[in-house]
Amino acid sequence: MNRELVKKLAELLKNRKLKKELRIMEVCGTHTAEFFKTGVKDLFPEGLSLIDGPGCPVCVTPNAFLDLAITIARDYNLIVATFGDMIKVPSSYSSLAKEKAQGMDIRIVYSPLDAVKLAKDNPGREVVFLSVGFETTAPSEAIAILEAEKQGIKNFSLLSCNKLTPPAVEALINADEVKIDGFIIPGHVSAIIGRKPWDFIADKYGKPGVITGFEASDLITGVLSLIDLLEKDEKTIKNEYRIVVRENGNEHAGKIIDQVFDVTSSVWRGIGELPGSGLKIKEQYSQYDAERKFPATPPPVKEHPGCRCGDLLRGLITPPECPLFDKVCTPENAVGPCMVSSEGPCSAYYKYWRR
Amino acid sequence: MCLAIPMTITRFEGNYAIATANGVETTVNYAMMPDLKENDKVLVHAGFVIEKLDEEQAREIEETWKEYYEVMEKEEKKNMPV
Repeated sequence: MNRELVKKLAELLKNRKLKKELRIMEVCGTHTAEFFKTGVKDLFPEGLSLIDGPGCPVCVTPNAFLDLAITIARDYNLIVATFGDMIKVPSSYSSLAKEKAQGMDIRIVYSPLDAVKLAKDNPGREVVFLSVGFETTAPSEAIAILEAEKQGIKNFSLLSCNKLTPPAVEALINADEVKIDGFIIPGHVSAIIGRKPWDFIADKYGKPGVITGFEASDLITGVLSLIDLLEKDEKTIKNEYRIVVRENGNEHAGKIIDQVFDVTSSVWRGIGELPGSGLKIKEQYSQYDAERKFPATPPPVKEHPGCRCGDLLRGLITPPECPLFDKVCTPENAVGPCMVSSEGPCSAYYKYWRR
Repeated sequence: MCLAIPMTITRFEGNYAIATANGVETTVNYAMMPDLKENDKVLVHAGFVIEKLDEEQAREIEETWKEYYEVMEKEEKKNMPV
């Protein structure tokens, strides 16, 4: 968008006089970070609050998943391939970084296909890819399985913790623990699933939402648009990211997800088990499912007693309200995942919040 | 984790495409967007093309926000104390 126009819209947002106080939730972790990074959060007019939602995949992944990954890696002496975001996340008793320091073979990859290549290049070793992510990432993880099958690679498998975002948003609305007037809806999740799957927010719960992108201009227009919907009492889901998001999303990607995964229930940190919010590998591809291929019994799950990541992910508190924030818990020595991931609310507050 | 980068498709090599952004060239998988052609603007996430960018929509959105600003500016002037 034209620079001058963005400046003008920024002024509009800054000077906007709200008719009443509004509380909006940004669902996506990338939005959480970008609102701070771009400075758009500082443009919020008086009376507008932004609540961080459960949209950082690393943050909502429960300890049990990492416990299982570490147990499998120890028991079977295999190669763990993971996105970099997961490496410092604390599990109940350890972390991938600590395990790597003690000799576990952990490789950071950029793409799930890099993990397939790793398996191809190491025919004598098993490679397990830690499949963490939302709808944006799920098709690429499905393609990795299809690619392994096509190339006849048998030493590749995937440990799935893939999650679907609309059920988590619905759970938060139903829990009614925090007042949310409207939603800023994830742009790249919507690139895959489309605008339509979000209609329930407006149709069933009478709240508006705006899908938007990640540039400063997208954030400003997304927020202005949501304020307008709220003040005009328009209960609808508006797509301000039409450059990328279609009504029905990327239908090819949807078919690829359906080919490899079944929808299942999934456990979200802080929220609990939500039906229909996860993806599991179909029976047909079970040879690529690490959970089936490598039976393991992880130790009992342990949570850090003071960590309030769970409350944070439900929008109940902001990071500075956690007693550990910026004291015991820092990016260098994170107690909870919300401080580790670059998209975690604690990490964003730590870097950009004015103390 | 849902970060994606806008890139331009420059050529095809076997089952992969080559995409560039700011002088950086990378190989991308386009199984999710099979009808690509050279010079298409795309969004790349974790080495995969996840969508094509609709430049017509970009122009339309910009136009709409330009009009929005003009309307709001007029409103503001109208409401200013004389």
